[in-house]
Amino acid sequence: MVDAPDRTDARRAAEQAARASYGRLVSILTARGNDIAAAEDALSDALVAALRSWPETGVPRNPEAWLVTTARNRQKNDARTRRVREAAEPELALRSDLPDEGAAFGDNRLALMFVCAHPAIDPAARAPLILQTVLGLDAATIARAFLVEPAAMSQRLVRAKVRIRDAGLRFAVPEPEDLPDRLGAVLDAIYAAFGRGWDSLDTPESPEAVTGEAIWLARLVAEQLPGEPEPKGLLALMLYSSARRRARRDPKGRFVPLDRQDARLWDRNRIIEAEGLLTAAARAGRFGRYQCEAAIQSVHVQRPVTGRLNLSALRTLYDLLVSQSDSIGARIGRAVVLAESGALDDARAELDGLPAERVQRHQPWWVAQYRVALLAGDTAAARERLAVAIGLTDDAAVRAYLVDLLP
Amino acid sequence: MQFMLILNETAADFDRRNDPVQAGDYWGGWTAFIGAMAKAGVIVNGDGLQGPMTATTVRVRDGKRVVEDGPYADTKEQLGGYFVIDVPDLDAALDWAARAPSALTASVEVRPVLPPMPSPGS
Repeated sequence: MVDAPDRTDARRAAEQAARASYGRLVSILTARGNDIAAAEDALSDALVAALRSWPETGVPRNPEAWLVTTARNRQKNDARTRRVREAAEPELALRSDLPDEGAAFGDNRLALMFVCAHPAIDPAARAPLILQTVLGLDAATIARAFLVEPAAMSQRLVRAKVRIRDAGLRFAVPEPEDLPDRLGAVLDAIYAAFGRGWDSLDTPESPEAVTGEAIWLARLVAEQLPGEPEPKGLLALMLYSSARRRARRDPKGRFVPLDRQDARLWDRNRIIEAEGLLTAAARAGRFGRYQCEAAIQSVHVQRPVTGRLNLSALRTLYDLLVSQSDSIGARIGRAVVLAESGALDDARAELDGLPAERVQRHQPWWVAQYRVALLAGDTAAARERLAVAIGLTDDAAVRAYLVDLLP
Repeated sequence: MQFMLILNETAADFDRRNDPVQAGDYWGGWTAFIGAMAKAGVIVNGDGLQGPMTATTVRVRDGKRVVEDGPYADTKEQLGGYFVIDVPDLDAALDWAARAPSALTASVEVRPVLPPMPSPGS
């Protein structure tokens, strides 16, 4: 006889193992043979088997080891079937020397992230691939975050996994000499996931659906590469911006810009953690893009403490950011700081110098142009530019805020 | 794992092969590259090819053989040679590809070799 609580416990244990360990189990199962799709299939079969047998037999002492062994047995059976088809003797030999159940297995999630963000993988597929393989997010959710049709996203993910399996990509953390470049791709993919979550997926009901997962990934990379400063910088950057989440909307759901936010609504624990990370990162003595962006955030959160925004610090940091990783966003940010510091001609030159085809439909550029015109006292131009910015704004709350600004 | 390095070259590269001033550098670069691969023991096989002007392309259409003078496509880069190398993974193959002299002037395509077909009845 099996009573109900056991069944519930078994289900909970299986679900817990699935959620908390998904990426670790996929990475362990993928490490030999590079076949992520097969590893995911084997793992989901093992999870189904767990739900079937744990209520009868009880939850094993080490649920993860049970799942890995069950999934590997399935992979071995698959390989045996394939041997008939493909004469895959060497691969089978590789798979047969698996450690016993209960033997400690390492954590290959970092290697899994590096293979997902490999230079031979389409950059557009990297962040979705990491979200799926390391976190187990389903393709439909990822498609929604990246504003892509679910079928197109599934296809992109399948194609990338086939490529990892067949093209012989290295499943390992890169050598120190290649690490900075390759790590940049991993961090960019995590930040892209954070940005997508920010823009479209996080909702009032589940405010951190994707941004929370991105923070979790950055924490994992920072823990596993303690000597590298940039993962700490990225983690700090995301903690700073998520710390202000509750202050971004007023009780009526209206947008509140950074300089009007009620600092009491900021999450102090996240800010303190971010400040600590930034200090720890600085000890490595290697500055980088994410540390720089996090430092800019740090200046903004100091405003309520000191009572004024330190524009000269921001200016220095934006100069550094442009020298670290030049981008339209960094240059627009610098132009706004220049304008707020009174250097209107420099701000104008910076904005007008950007390639027209890249900024003509870029909302932040039009908002910056509006701000420069307003500070220069040119109300007509300000009004015209703000109208264009409003037309390019997707977010209803932000649009309403901008409409209220119309001079 | 075996990969083919498909070594493409530009028309200027092919001209350098016989240019009295540049031929020494051209062949010296290839000799050094091939020597390094040989020393590392990664070469399975490989060859340089004569230039695209020596190519002849054959197609059979409606049972008739159509022979054309020249390469299969008129492109800026043409196949100049190939090596099949045996290395642990794509990353190692890309490291070798990046050292090929033609990676600087044209391109190197890297492709995994298809594993041997199973013999019928095995």
